Amino acid sequence: MEKLFTVASSPHAHQKQNVQSIMRDVVIALIPAFLVGTYLFGLKALWTTLLCVLSCVAFEAIWQKFTHQKVTITDLSAVVTGMLLAFNLPADIPIYVPIVGSFVAIILAKQMFGGIGQNFINPALAARAFLLAAYPTAMTNFQKPERFMGSAPVTNWDATSAASAVDTLSGATPLVAFKLGDSSYMPSLMDAFLGNIGGCLGEVCALALLLGGLYLIYRKVISWHIPVCYLGTLFIVTMLFSGHGLYESFTSLFLGGAMLGAFFMATDYTTTPMTHKGQILFAVMAGIIAGVIRIFGGYPEGVSYSILLMNLAVPLIDKFMKPVRFGGGKA
Amino acid sequence: MKLLSFKKGIHPKYYKELTRDKTIELLMPKDELVYPMQQHIGSPCKPIVKKGDHVLVGQKIGEETGYVCAPIYSTVSGIVKAVEERLNFQGMQVLSVVVVNDYTYEEVPHLQEAPFRDYKTLTKEEIVEIVKEAGLVGMGGATFPTHIKLSPPAHKIIKHIIINGAECEPYLTSDHRIMLEEGTCIIDGIKILLHMFSEATASIGIEDNKKDAISHLKELCQGEPKIEVEVLETKYPQGSEKHLIYAITGKEVPSGKLPADIGAIVLNIDSVVAIWRAVTKHRPIMRRIVTVSGKGVDKPSNFKVRLGMSYRELLEAAGWDERRTVRIISGGPMMGTALSSVDVPVGKGTSAILCLTAEEIGEYEMSNCIRCGRCVEACAMRLVPNTLHQAALNKDDETFMAYHGMDCIECGSCSYVCPARRPIVQTIRTEKNRIRRK
Repeated sequence: MEKLFTVASSPHAHQKQNVQSIMRDVVIALIPAFLVGTYLFGLKALWTTLLCVLSCVAFEAIWQKFTHQKVTITDLSAVVTGMLLAFNLPADIPIYVPIVGSFVAIILAKQMFGGIGQNFINPALAARAFLLAAYPTAMTNFQKPERFMGSAPVTNWDATSAASAVDTLSGATPLVAFKLGDSSYMPSLMDAFLGNIGGCLGEVCALALLLGGLYLIYRKVISWHIPVCYLGTLFIVTMLFSGHGLYESFTSLFLGGAMLGAFFMATDYTTTPMTHKGQILFAVMAGIIAGVIRIFGGYPEGVSYSILLMNLAVPLIDKFMKPVRFGGGKA
Repeated sequence: MKLLSFKKGIHPKYYKELTRDKTIELLMPKDELVYPMQQHIGSPCKPIVKKGDHVLVGQKIGEETGYVCAPIYSTVSGIVKAVEERLNFQGMQVLSVVVVNDYTYEEVPHLQEAPFRDYKTLTKEEIVEIVKEAGLVGMGGATFPTHIKLSPPAHKIIKHIIINGAECEPYLTSDHRIMLEEGTCIIDGIKILLHMFSEATASIGIEDNKKDAISHLKELCQGEPKIEVEVLETKYPQGSEKHLIYAITGKEVPSGKLPADIGAIVLNIDSVVAIWRAVTKHRPIMRRIVTVSGKGVDKPSNFKVRLGMSYRELLEAAGWDERRTVRIISGGPMMGTALSSVDVPVGKGTSAILCLTAEEIGEYEMSNCIRCGRCVEACAMRLVPNTLHQAALNKDDETFMAYHGMDCIECGSCSYVCPARRPIVQTIRTEKNRIRRK
């Protein structure tokens, strides 16, 4: 018998994107914010990020080896989780916090449920929520940036620092000031946009996150639906109920984790609905929850809880927001 | 002008430039021709010749065994070498008639002296009978017998005759070349159809990546009030019967129903030419245009060949490089069949032979579904492919039916876009067959 050719079921063509290339694009999209974070907060930001990435990848590899599964760290999803986790932390954080966070993200939130694609909540956000409950002081110990983008801001940095008598902003982050309705502590729109504010190491620079987000949309890794609906809803809720004006409400979109959440957390494939209709509902609901927590809740920031809560609603959304099938009539 | 289209679907890489401008080239057969007794959907034909018989071009060698069947004709003159099981392109052993070519191409007498037949003198029933006798099947690849399509129940009034020139599968250019080179036959064929269905108008749907064919046919249609050329968006699966009807008429064929239920008939470009040849020139189906393409051939071509020729003859004429080729496909890459051997005969449904390299296939190791929703965005039937895939893997018939898995047209868009390389359509196809067999 002569040579036989390989047979396979059709289709015999595939698009180029694969899981690894998608994750690589997310890593690339996160790099501007990472660079700005390192510039603003110094090498501590770099070490914290590296530690998160390394421990996430290590936990994934160890777990998969230990449970006799195929080691899938080359899909880069653990790298993304590590970077997102680090972006949620203050730059100057005790060394054990990122390691515990990585354990929660990779082992408890992701691998326990079957690994990539099987987790029901966003691993990085689950870890952040856990750390915020476990180490509240360390997690909110926001330091003043070492450097600034452009000229130093004209807000009350020194007043804040003096008031708390340490070189940190733990007393009054911009979001706390926003919540209290104290506009004098609010940074200017430009400072908030560039990242001349205190906060988590990867969250502060809205510009860098926006660049990354636009890159992901350009590369067709994410669609516009979730970020636009999420930020739009958050803006409207803030406008209507916070008592602040247009300017402060708009500025508040660049504070806290809103940008990071909108472009990188709420767009996580696994924990968001599959249809655009479902994604819009998801994003609008999450935007409402985030706004409500920011304005009325016990915490100054509501982005992570809004996304986590809506993660839980995803199976329901997917079940009830199926597309109307072709030839199925208007169901 | 807004292009006609449907919702969702995909934009695969087309590779049509490989053969788009290649004129149809006549390729003559070699020594041996093989005629499988099943080249259509339906019951297989019964061979009516035996070893040692002398056959002529256009002589019936396989006879219908039922209504859903289409007879088979010899395409050369020569001696029947055997009536035995031979491999077909689907990898199955099928009872086949093997004819040794005597290179005289002597035709049966009634073909030699056949006068030109004017369709206007024929009734609808007579035309259907001619089409049936000529062995015509859908030339797009589905190979459904044409005479059945042309005889919808009397109470279903046909309003739209839709000619499928979408050719949405990547690589394929045979219909494109036919539109350019045999345009008048298409128009005359459509006139026959309009004669049969007096209440209908005809539309030729062509994707806008075939601009030359669009302008050529538009020119030919001038002065034909009942024939319209419709420009379609280049999108896969635009040539799917249901999606083509939707793009052109704006009507959805209800789930489980046929196009005739909403007054439409869809025929492939080459089928129309075949109808014209059968009606006016008495020719049964004996030839076809085949695109031979892919990065595994040095000279991609559009060949006009006689049915029964070996795939190997076509591949050799196209400069096939066996070392580069990792997979050989009969048909297009999205819905075609992979071949284990190239020693199989060209049949009525052979629209293309593709020699694909590893780079073109783009395979990658499978991983977990990451729920990215790309398959949901791609599915032209607007189903939820990954849920169906999971249900199929679990043999969970209840979920599969609840998510309307049987509506899947198996176009393969879901598997094409899947970044985790899940075999989505493959498992759905298997599950559909399993449920049908129950």
